[in-house]
Amino acid sequence: MPGDVLYTFVFFAWLIGASFFVVGLHQMNSPATARNGNKLSALGMTIAVGATLVWLALRPGGLSVEAWAIIIAGFLIGGGIGLYLARAVKMTAMPQLVSLFNAVGGGAAALVAVEDFFHVANTPEYSISTSVFVVLGVVIGCITFSGSIVAAAKLQGMISGAPIIKPWTRPLTLGVAAVAGIGTLILVLGAAGVLGIDSSIANLILIVIFGAAIIFGVTLVLPIGGADMPVVISLLNSFTGTAAAMSGFVINNPVLIIAGALVGAAGAILTKLMADAMNRSIANIMVGGFGGGDAAAGGAGAAAGGGTVREVNVDDAAIMLAYAQKVIVVPGYGLAVAQAQHAVRELAEVLEARGVEVSYAIHPVAGRMPGHMNVLLAEANVPYPQLKEMEEINPEFERADVALVVGANDVTNPAARTNPASPIYGMPILDVDKAKNIIVIKRSMGRGYAGIDNELYTDLKTGMYFADAKAGLEGLTGAVKGL
Amino acid sequence: MSPELLNSIAIFVLALLVGVEVISKVPTTLHTPLMSGANSIHGIVLVGAMIIAASANDLLGYVLAFVAMVFGAANVVGGYVVTDRMLEMFKKKPAAPKAGDGAGKGA
Repeated sequence: MPGDVLYTFVFFAWLIGASFFVVGLHQMNSPATARNGNKLSALGMTIAVGATLVWLALRPGGLSVEAWAIIIAGFLIGGGIGLYLARAVKMTAMPQLVSLFNAVGGGAAALVAVEDFFHVANTPEYSISTSVFVVLGVVIGCITFSGSIVAAAKLQGMISGAPIIKPWTRPLTLGVAAVAGIGTLILVLGAAGVLGIDSSIANLILIVIFGAAIIFGVTLVLPIGGADMPVVISLLNSFTGTAAAMSGFVINNPVLIIAGALVGAAGAILTKLMADAMNRSIANIMVGGFGGGDAAAGGAGAAAGGGTVREVNVDDAAIMLAYAQKVIVVPGYGLAVAQAQHAVRELAEVLEARGVEVSYAIHPVAGRMPGHMNVLLAEANVPYPQLKEMEEINPEFERADVALVVGANDVTNPAARTNPASPIYGMPILDVDKAKNIIVIKRSMGRGYAGIDNELYTDLKTGMYFADAKAGLEGLTGAVKGL
Repeated sequence: MSPELLNSIAIFVLALLVGVEVISKVPTTLHTPLMSGANSIHGIVLVGAMIIAASANDLLGYVLAFVAMVFGAANVVGGYVVTDRMLEMFKKKPAAPKAGDGAGKGA
């Protein structure tokens, strides 16, 4: 039976591919082996996809001309678009891109389940379990698709980062969830033979479920503030893995099940870690409505929370930095959006040339995704040993002459330690307020994503330097050089 | 449930556990590349897209399979390339001693 022999070989190729995914992910444990790990994972993917093509082409019946055309054209077009975007994107825009790739992955999983359903509905192959996996694949895949697109649009600024809550969002969310639930029930009862529904009606019901899940994805993410998008993307990433696994059950394919489950677990763990870093529960984040988004209200110099702020000009700030022994830079998302990672590295080099010890305090959720700030600073060639994680750097703030906060807000707010009434109370923060002097580069007195006042700004030790992160840092570099 | 399905469910659960074990050990610094790397792995739906492309036999089927192929391929190719771009930046770093208290050049 050549067909069986062929499938056996293909099956083992899939297993090898899946093993490479596991080993590849494992190698991503450390910066030294991470790149290899990714390559190994890509090799596993190549093996799995290549073996599938060989199997489809050589098995009895082979591939039709149409199928060849779809596979080749689809791969070239999709792969071309993916390659172009991956090469062209700026590192600051990378979270959006990952979210977009996640969206199409979820969409593909949903489509695989739908197309298979159209084939098997009303055939003997069709069973209760098939209908359950089809619906799960479609629902999870569609939620990921539309939800990830909304998340990407929010990060890109195409949709306001603020939580969008309209009177109709909650009822609509519940409504589409109910529609999807009822549709699922009908399909499952149909599969069980309790209800007699013919295949065209079953197809129609599945399309309704598809549409309901798409809408659900949108209304799920819209009410969530921009600051929580990393957690959302991570959660949706986990969903896509699960959707891929469900599609694997539908078409009875082991490599989809294994790889999908792997990613499902990966995304879930990451999501938990990220939520922990913000001291929030995943449920709390998904309910949404938290934070005022990036609506930077309030003009420069406006007092925060009734206290007065002290403004500092570029020359005074430069003198403080140049004659310090130890400076800790606290980069936040403001630095990332201003593309100021190179500017901050230049300032650090000028300071180091004068004998100042410079290090960077990296909050776990600085930037838009965990580790995003490390990636950005690495891109600017900041030496790795200067990047300090929160636990490592917090005891050092007491010894720092100057803490230079660039575009970071909520992660420096002492209210997280001191004010139980604050929405961010309990969130681990960088102890910037313990430094001897604090300089904050900020465009205006606008609030951070959490939408609350930062009492760091009214601290007597704090000088506010109102400027765009990049222009401000370049100004400082120039002023330090001129001393 | 058929024995085949039960086997598949067992594989699914074991793979979940493997995922938890492998991933919980990754340091924060690498979380973004990891998320991106995991993101490319679920591009495995490309295999599913190929299988439905092979079985499609009407216009709707062709369209669905084609869109699934485009989506899956974008996910796979883009995902791996962007992850590699991120990791490339970590590789450039000198293997300087991290325990050195990060002492600056002039300190």
